[in-house]
Amino acid sequence: MKYAFPLAAVIALVLIALIGVQIPGMQYLFGVAIPYLAMALFLGGFCYRVIYWAKSPVPFKIPTTCGQGYSLPWVKQDKLEAPVNTGQVIARLFLEIFLFRSLWRNTKATVHSGPKLTYESSKWLWLFGILFHYSFLVIIIRHMRYFLDPVPWLVSFVETADSLLEIGSPLMYTTDVVIILGLLFLLARRLFNPQVRYISLSNDYFPLFLILAICITGILMRYGLRTNVDIVAIKQLAVGLVTFSPTIVAEISSLFYVHLFLVCVLLAYFPFSKLMHLGGVFLSPTRNMANDSRMKRHINPWNPDIKPHSYAAYEDEFREDMVEQGIPVEKELPPKAND
Amino acid sequence: MYDSGKIIPGLLIFVLFVTIPIWYNRGTAQAVPEIVLPKDVESCVLPLAAIRSDHMKLLMTWRDDVLRDGDRSTFEIEGKQYQKSLTLTCLQCHANKEQFCDPCHTYVAVRQPNCWDCHFAPVE
Repeated sequence: MKYAFPLAAVIALVLIALIGVQIPGMQYLFGVAIPYLAMALFLGGFCYRVIYWAKSPVPFKIPTTCGQGYSLPWVKQDKLEAPVNTGQVIARLFLEIFLFRSLWRNTKATVHSGPKLTYESSKWLWLFGILFHYSFLVIIIRHMRYFLDPVPWLVSFVETADSLLEIGSPLMYTTDVVIILGLLFLLARRLFNPQVRYISLSNDYFPLFLILAICITGILMRYGLRTNVDIVAIKQLAVGLVTFSPTIVAEISSLFYVHLFLVCVLLAYFPFSKLMHLGGVFLSPTRNMANDSRMKRHINPWNPDIKPHSYAAYEDEFREDMVEQGIPVEKELPPKAND
Repeated sequence: MYDSGKIIPGLLIFVLFVTIPIWYNRGTAQAVPEIVLPKDVESCVLPLAAIRSDHMKLLMTWRDDVLRDGDRSTFEIEGKQYQKSLTLTCLQCHANKEQFCDPCHTYVAVRQPNCWDCHFAPVE
């Protein structure tokens, strides 16, 4: 039942915006004040989390390797799985971030009669994960047409490419379909896979429901409930927000305010949730460290500063006491003057 | 703080990237598009709100009716007969594409509709 509370929370958020915006004057709260607050929380919280992580020392060299490490010249090193220098680490991180390479290794364990345990490659999570993330990226780029004036070439190009299939009117965006498919898979996986369901928490379900609600309200505004979704007034508001002179010139559909409010909730929630894997992927010691512990000495940053202390120096320090206690010394005490 | 030489520039790039809309617009909004409405006509084929939200659907319905189904029947609004036609109905009043269609389409980067794949934009 860990999905019930997040679902109820998202429904409550929808209702808050839907009802709240009916009150005269509240359009400025939902259209101006909350977006600014959410953006401030997003940027401030993001920087806070990254700096908080950066303050944590990494005591050990802990890259996860899953290939042949650097060895003798005739042993072929797996440069991506066991990187030894910055270049190889960057290549590994690049492929991790852009192609989700570690998910490509995902396996599914099944117990057959016997009992016999088998592991087989399972790429569905990789496929729907990458579809979801890239759709989200394209959708964000597309939305820049509301914030940038004049609209740059790249944004128009992405928008054209996304609606290239020319289905329906207004034209269907491929990413709208794909992101919903991706989200539904990621949700179904948590609900129907017993192992994943067991480890899923409320804070795993909440972002899924929230992003799903954002997508559904956005899709409804484009293809369904178009009344009063005045795109020119919406762009005026969006450009007003980023030029710090926001205005709401016309009556805009409350569906738009619901969409905007949910996006604001997502932005404000982002830095304090698992969604911070956006920043965290760069700061994962298991990914961003080189497997060079036999080439370079990794010094634990919290080691106390201990000076070397040789036996000769030790004896110099304690010679008198040693002689007094009858412990043999390598160098005798200097003869006393009054002898 | 460890690795500040890499993390601080990385964070700066992230913040600058997220705030691109602020730098790009440089604090000034461009003029909002103003469309020139025909002077001597009072009403359109649909009410203003419906035209604003659904004009693309109406044009596509007309195209499908006329060109794909061969249904050239007219429809009546306030005692006046209209044809399902971009050229013979819409463009009669809104004769200037640059002044009537383009301002909004350019402002919000709505793709150039495929009306003009077949139709000529009227010449003044």
